[in-house]
Amino acid sequence: MPQDPTAASGAFPVTTKEHLPRNPGMPLDMDWVMSAQANTSAIERRAATLPGRRSVKKDYQAAWLCKAISLIDLTTLSGDDSAGRVQRLCAKARQPVAPDLLEALDMTGLTTGAVCVYHDMVETAVAALAGSGIPVAAVSTGFPAGLSPFHLRIAEIGESVAAGAAEIDIVISRRHVLTGNWQALYDEMAEMRAACGDAHVKAILATGELGTLRNVAKASLVCMMAGADFIKTSTGKEPVNATLPVTLTMIRAIRDYHDRTGIYVGYKPAGGISKAKDALVYLSMIKDELGDRWLQPDLFRFGASSLLGDIERQLEHHVTGSYSASWRHAIG
Amino acid sequence: MTVKEIFETMDYGPAPESSKEALAWLASKGDFGHFIGGAWTAPGTLFAVMNPATDTLLAQVTQGTQADVDAAVKAARKAQPAWAKDGHARAKVLYALARILQKQSRLFAVLETLDNGKPIRESRDIDVPQAVRHFYYHAGMAQIMADELPDRQALGVCGQVIPWNFPLLMLAWKIAPALAMGNTVVLKPAEWTPLTALLFADICNQAGVPPGVVNIVTGDGEVGEMIVTADVDKVAFTGSTGVGRRIRELTAGTGKALSLELGGKGPYIVFEDADIDSAVEGVVDAIWFNQGQVCCAGSRLLVQEGIADVFYTKLKARMSGLRIGDPLDKCIDIGAIVHPRQQARIRDMLAAHPEGETFQTTAPSGCYFPPTLITGLAPASPLMQQEIFGPVLVATTFRTPVEAVEIANSTRYGLAASVWSENINLALDVAPKLVAGIVWVNGTNMMDAAAGFGGVRESGFGREGGWEGLTGYTKPVAAPAKTRSIAAHTGDGGAGGLDRTAKLYIGGKQARPDSGYSRAVYGPKGALLGHTSLASRKDLRNAVEACNAAKGWAKSSGHLRAQILYYMAENLSARATEFATRLKSLTGSDGTAEVEASISRLFSAAAWADKYDGQVHDVPIRGVALAMKEPVGTIGILCPDDAPLLGLISAMAPAIAMGNRVILAASQPFPLIATDLYQVLDTSDLPGGVVNILTGDHSDLADPMARHMDIDAVWAFADPALAKGIEVAAAGNLKRTWCGALDWSRDNTKAILPHATEVKNIWIPYGA
Repeated sequence: MPQDPTAASGAFPVTTKEHLPRNPGMPLDMDWVMSAQANTSAIERRAATLPGRRSVKKDYQAAWLCKAISLIDLTTLSGDDSAGRVQRLCAKARQPVAPDLLEALDMTGLTTGAVCVYHDMVETAVAALAGSGIPVAAVSTGFPAGLSPFHLRIAEIGESVAAGAAEIDIVISRRHVLTGNWQALYDEMAEMRAACGDAHVKAILATGELGTLRNVAKASLVCMMAGADFIKTSTGKEPVNATLPVTLTMIRAIRDYHDRTGIYVGYKPAGGISKAKDALVYLSMIKDELGDRWLQPDLFRFGASSLLGDIERQLEHHVTGSYSASWRHAIG
Repeated sequence: MTVKEIFETMDYGPAPESSKEALAWLASKGDFGHFIGGAWTAPGTLFAVMNPATDTLLAQVTQGTQADVDAAVKAARKAQPAWAKDGHARAKVLYALARILQKQSRLFAVLETLDNGKPIRESRDIDVPQAVRHFYYHAGMAQIMADELPDRQALGVCGQVIPWNFPLLMLAWKIAPALAMGNTVVLKPAEWTPLTALLFADICNQAGVPPGVVNIVTGDGEVGEMIVTADVDKVAFTGSTGVGRRIRELTAGTGKALSLELGGKGPYIVFEDADIDSAVEGVVDAIWFNQGQVCCAGSRLLVQEGIADVFYTKLKARMSGLRIGDPLDKCIDIGAIVHPRQQARIRDMLAAHPEGETFQTTAPSGCYFPPTLITGLAPASPLMQQEIFGPVLVATTFRTPVEAVEIANSTRYGLAASVWSENINLALDVAPKLVAGIVWVNGTNMMDAAAGFGGVRESGFGREGGWEGLTGYTKPVAAPAKTRSIAAHTGDGGAGGLDRTAKLYIGGKQARPDSGYSRAVYGPKGALLGHTSLASRKDLRNAVEACNAAKGWAKSSGHLRAQILYYMAENLSARATEFATRLKSLTGSDGTAEVEASISRLFSAAAWADKYDGQVHDVPIRGVALAMKEPVGTIGILCPDDAPLLGLISAMAPAIAMGNRVILAASQPFPLIATDLYQVLDTSDLPGGVVNILTGDHSDLADPMARHMDIDAVWAFADPALAKGIEVAAAGNLKRTWCGALDWSRDNTKAILPHATEVKNIWIPYGA
């Protein structure tokens, strides 16, 4: 049985306020999709000025950074991944920050939100995380290009779920977006969602390959209509991955979807978020645009590998008052 | 709260910016005197400068006296000739000012926030960087002035009075261009917010500003009035329309150059195909920027009916997320209102007009005012018409682009406007139709030193920034001509031949004067040449109506206007002998040369009709700022007494070439040459109402012309004794006035064009 990520995403603290219903999806509403607009300049201005408008300091910053850790999908997606590498990562997910620092912050028990790996590493990760409550997410469907035969992509989902993945990060066919074939995108997404069964599905839009923010907005809506539990920016392999303008575009689509359907869909920026300060900006953007409810692991994740290291250093600085060094923190 | 608790609540918490350095600077200065002639005067009668956010004393500042103002003007006068000599030397000083401002940017930002109450985010990220930018930009203008503006020179001493909403930035807008062009200044910061100006004075000496080039005198409105009435060559004012009017009256007839940047009630138009979320976010920057205390604020929301409910819902949700409180907190969107008196003004205005449905978030106690949205208002609601100057947005709906433009323009103001649409055709069609000096497409409150800022209608006149802003700080190098008032000839002779009736020319038709009076016109030897109608205010009224009916002229192409001007020249040429003869009969001098020159002027105006291009300003955005030249509107022109044909045509032709409609009061002593022109106009395909000609006494026409609310400018080239009355009366609708003289024997067409146009900056950010 796949784990239920909304029930126990990390052993500590139990932050999810209530168990939200999954997104059941809805019929494809082309009027809605085609009315989506995204003014690039205005979105960029909002994104560019947000870091100057929001600031969290001292204990608040420490708490926010701990929150960021609890929202990380600690990720390894490399051709040279091995069991040992994945086990090391899982150990880091269980103990993301040195115990003495967590103790000083009274945050002992903090873990990352999930571990994210390729299909072949799912079993290893599930075993390594046994008892931690940390879910395993698998990238799937011919990740990262999504161009393998469709039936194999669907089959891959089933195998990852069977291997114990609680979350499946699928990639969409970018060509459906680029050619405006929204029905095809909807059908593909719906079928992938069905293949996931009880596992939650994150739809990777690969926004760096969609051409325009308007396409990002439309693809976000179509994937949500087809039942995505999360929409995610990137595979981490595109030339441009998560950005604040893309984030703004996607979370505004999530907000619209919630306004119209009452359904909460999650958001996962992935790739390129490597600094603690960036993570704080993302969290403030989520807080201001979507609201506090989205600052929980059932509705928000960072897809990141090196972000944790920078957060650890900032937390040590907070606790000791001295700037830290990366070698003082165990690698994952 | 513990880290663990915050982990659950995810609150922002306090993020205070330190005020230590700024307070230390204030403490080091003690009580402030004025900055005159490069040195601080001893403190005089002091008044308190308060921090509005905390109601605590920041500093004691001197109330200026007449002697202080006189001393400052004297120092500025003394320093001016040397300062105007060397553009490169000025550039170096302006560059140093930019550099030092930049190096002290945090001190300026914190001091500004302490003094004004605006969020530190704004003073740090907007006010100070923009002020720095103005000095850099104008350092460059000083450097290239000699080459690029060879026909222009400094005005002399500029008296500058600035408001409290952007104390440092308005100082930069005023001082940088003035200094760049070789002027010296006496500047008065607002009574409530003088501190950054005093800090600026401190760095003037460090930057090598020669003594007397910059003088800062503090005090209240009375001191401002002393500066306005002092021996200055130019008055520049930013502030309320009421005070602007008063300044117009005070400077009337003095010959002082004047620029007024006044109030506004900016329309913020959202079409149904806009990116609604971005438009909602834009509203935040439009009306909740600087607590809404912004003359160019988008304070009137116009939403297309079909999306109004969605828009309001989203807007209210966004408002609820605005953080209001300690302006020094780095996580605050809305700070304190500048002064309890301003807070009371806002409160009283809302209380006096309990209309519409009000949505308001909360504000801390003290000098704060919560973000407010009032929906369901009609254009007729006072709150839709009056400037509130606070964080209050009023809203109404529209159905079509035409209706949006109508509602947007249903205002006495004309400063700035926003248009939101993803349809480039729609946005670029609407933007030029909005009566405003600045239009932002899919944006708001964008400003830069490279783009002119300023309004039309009762938002004032003149531009600050860009090439267009330099006009207000320079004058022609050529010595001004003298206006000559000429008495009409008298006589008692009778007329020979068939009687001809010269009526008025209104709307392309001859019309009898409403008064029913005519006056005999005699030649130099007393011969009766004919009769001329005596126009009155009612004829003027009719002429304005005719101008309004001919509004299409403004939208006609430059090519078409050129063709018509050439045709006029052709038809005048065909009757050159007749006109020359008439001139001789009126003035006694041979008219051949004057007719030929008039034909040449028509050619010049025709030539310029399609060549007085706008500009694309290099502003620091991905996008363009289009500086479009638009006609002023309806211009009343008192034609010169001398050169009765050439003067009239020299003034008329550039005006109509730019798309204006004109009402010409013909040369008072020699009106019959103007009435002869009717037939030339009639046969030249000129649409009726574009040119209207009145005859009669200028003294009868000047006042109703200057008073008429639907005339946008008055040019008076006639009796200089009329100037004062015209400029006082012009304060009514703050129409532009040009009381002067030109040497009509020279071709002044190009010099007239800036008077015949307004520069509208249309900002178009873009991105796929």
